[in-house]
Amino acid sequence: MKHHSSSGKPYISDPAASSRLTLIAVSLVILWPMLELAQFQPWLLLNPENIEVLGNFLVQFIPPNTEADFLRIVLVATIETLAMATAGIALAILIAVPLGLTISHSLSISRIGPGSNYLFSKFVRFIARFLMLFLRGIPEIVWALLLVRIFGLGPTAGVLAIAITYGGMLSKVYSEILESGNTLPARALLVSGSGRLAAFFYGLLPSTAQELASYTVYRWECAVRASVVAGFVGAGGLGQLMDQSMKMLNGGEVSTILVVFFILVLLADNISLLIRKQLE
Amino acid sequence: MSTLTDLKMARQFCLKCLVVFFIIICLTVWSFAYLGLNPIRFFSFYADSNIAPFIARFFSPDLSTPYLLKIGSGILETLSISAIATLLASIISIGLALPTAGRFGPTAKSMTRFLCNFLRSVPELVWAAIIVLAVGLGPFAGTLALTLHTAGVLGRLFGETLENHPTANNTALINSGAGRVAAFLYGTLPGIYPQLLSYSLYRWEMNIRMATILGFVGAGGLGQMLFYELALLREPKASTVIITMLFLVMVVDAISNKLRAAQLHSMG
Amino acid sequence: MGCIVQNISFNHANGNKALKNISFSVNSGESIAIIGASGSGKTTLLNLLSTALKPTTGYIEHNGSNPWLVSKKALKKIRSTIGTVHQSPPIPSQQRVVTAVLAGRLGQWSLFKSVISLIYPLDILGPHTCLERLQLGDRLFDRCDCLSGGQLQRVGVARVLYQAPQLLLADEPVSAMDPVLSDSVISQLINETVSRNATLIASLHAVDIALRWFPRIIGIKNGEIAFDLPPAVVTESMLKELYASEMGNLPMQANRGV
Repeated sequence: MKHHSSSGKPYISDPAASSRLTLIAVSLVILWPMLELAQFQPWLLLNPENIEVLGNFLVQFIPPNTEADFLRIVLVATIETLAMATAGIALAILIAVPLGLTISHSLSISRIGPGSNYLFSKFVRFIARFLMLFLRGIPEIVWALLLVRIFGLGPTAGVLAIAITYGGMLSKVYSEILESGNTLPARALLVSGSGRLAAFFYGLLPSTAQELASYTVYRWECAVRASVVAGFVGAGGLGQLMDQSMKMLNGGEVSTILVVFFILVLLADNISLLIRKQLE
Repeated sequence: MSTLTDLKMARQFCLKCLVVFFIIICLTVWSFAYLGLNPIRFFSFYADSNIAPFIARFFSPDLSTPYLLKIGSGILETLSISAIATLLASIISIGLALPTAGRFGPTAKSMTRFLCNFLRSVPELVWAAIIVLAVGLGPFAGTLALTLHTAGVLGRLFGETLENHPTANNTALINSGAGRVAAFLYGTLPGIYPQLLSYSLYRWEMNIRMATILGFVGAGGLGQMLFYELALLREPKASTVIITMLFLVMVVDAISNKLRAAQLHSMG
Repeated sequence: MGCIVQNISFNHANGNKALKNISFSVNSGESIAIIGASGSGKTTLLNLLSTALKPTTGYIEHNGSNPWLVSKKALKKIRSTIGTVHQSPPIPSQQRVVTAVLAGRLGQWSLFKSVISLIYPLDILGPHTCLERLQLGDRLFDRCDCLSGGQLQRVGVARVLYQAPQLLLADEPVSAMDPVLSDSVISQLINETVSRNATLIASLHAVDIALRWFPRIIGIKNGEIAFDLPPAVVTESMLKELYASEMGNLPMQANRGV
């Protein structure tokens, strides 16, 4: 695209210029209202009042609270968090196994050949899929909040919230693992008339057990983190403790809990790695 | 005899995993006992409390137009929080990627690595709770919290991508006198840009989910609405918010799956 | 730019002695061809001259300054006056040709100008002129991954032409081009020495190009200088000895395929 300007020198324009300009303009047009909606006002950070409150809060972080009484409370809360995660995953497995088995195509008798239950099993599978989506689609903290309303403050709500959400997550991954492995043994068993459960135990489980177990342990590690987060809405454990300390602007306690949280997460990561190595 | 040795090996293997399995079962049962949870109790609880009417109220969501408009603005607020946070975090992470990949020396590398790990280890919700104390309730706190956490995640991912990228183009520009930043922009960025974009979009998708719940500590979006309605015991309105959250997550999931399929298609 | 190379040697990290005790000097405006068999040390010599590598012993001076003894700022300045044409151009494949060429002047531009040029090229005519000299003017806005090997090599040359350095180093700049094109590109490079009194040091695998175009030939064998003579004095037996490791076959550009 060569033009000639008035001085006679050739002038070449960049063909990408107009599309780039349009892209920039459109981005700005979308960005501006978004900034408004998110109330993005970074100058608030420079507000002297806020700085003072935040400053006082942060200053307290530096000597973390190491009083024996408080540390005892933190330890109890940590054990509670670990127990919540473990119990939650245990219940999640109870939910995930039947759901996963129902959905998984490799255990589907109706897929192999004609049978009277074709439509019925399709319907059941559809319901199970929807249930799975419902369980995982709602964030665990929403479940935790609802369950706190029902069961009151404390770890019960947290355990159930994890059980529900992670049950949905585990069932999806279980069904994927069952479908992606070697499905011929199970199929052979189904074709020769065995029941679904028998086909699972003898046909699929031996080859997929390691992967199933490995993923479950990984999810336990995530559940430890989720238990802390669930605590913020009253489901007990370290999270609830941190929420209380923050509400009282006690920086020292918060920093202790944060440090313990990091150690806990590190511990859980390593335990999970160890177990998964043992499984191999 | 080969069968004997086979049996021996099978038994040995089983022993190790049986032990692990046994320990896990013990710890699990102990967890239940420690928490005082009796699974059977759940069912009796259901029978003799007023859960049933509480749950029933959820089955008639409030679908009136004025409330739906409020929901609409809640969705837009949630989307804005996630979008701006992801955008800011990506820009910051490009800056973090350089030291993380070792371009400014080993001390800078370990320092930024530690910073990124710290930023992403703290859950978004905890960040939001802390930042609400600094800037007050509302979506700004949520945006900042997501930005900090995402910067940690993307900073590490971008740094790894950069580290694994060949440096020949960059070095050539430095050897003709370009400064480090300019050499990066002209020599390295064009090559890693698609991967960085992919990471950022994936993170945006996750941040939409996150932005919906940050409101629980007062950081705006649908989460704040839900918390508010539940606190006021307005179950029909709360159930509308929950349904919206579910719907939003499903739509984003579907769109990203389609985009991913299209991208794979175009690369093939 | 005048260069003095004094007793340099270079050992690779694995102990391999790439260059042993090389000395020569170059005046502004000179064109030198460096020839030798594969692995003789030509590329290492060019890398040392371009300050990409530091000599293990000895020193190199550019216009009287040793780049390894000056401040970082001065080193950056020296480097912006040295342009290298690589055998395999170090250009990101997704980049557009115009941006790739503009990158030549990054050493002379402010950061602000560099950033703006990424979005909209502030100088389009300059790269275009350089590309026209290499018969590539019509590919100004194409992406580099749409180009053939020979075309990409020419973009690398265009980048150095745009940089307008005082010292041009070229490492097998025409290896992917047919004989006609390679002649035209070499003549463009030599033009630079004539028009701007720049210095050109090119390592070439093809002996015929070296003999035809360059008034001074340095032959390298096993990391040492075998001879440093004008082409008229270079005999066939000297060349055969130089390329003894390649079974005495003298590589010619004319023998290459396209």
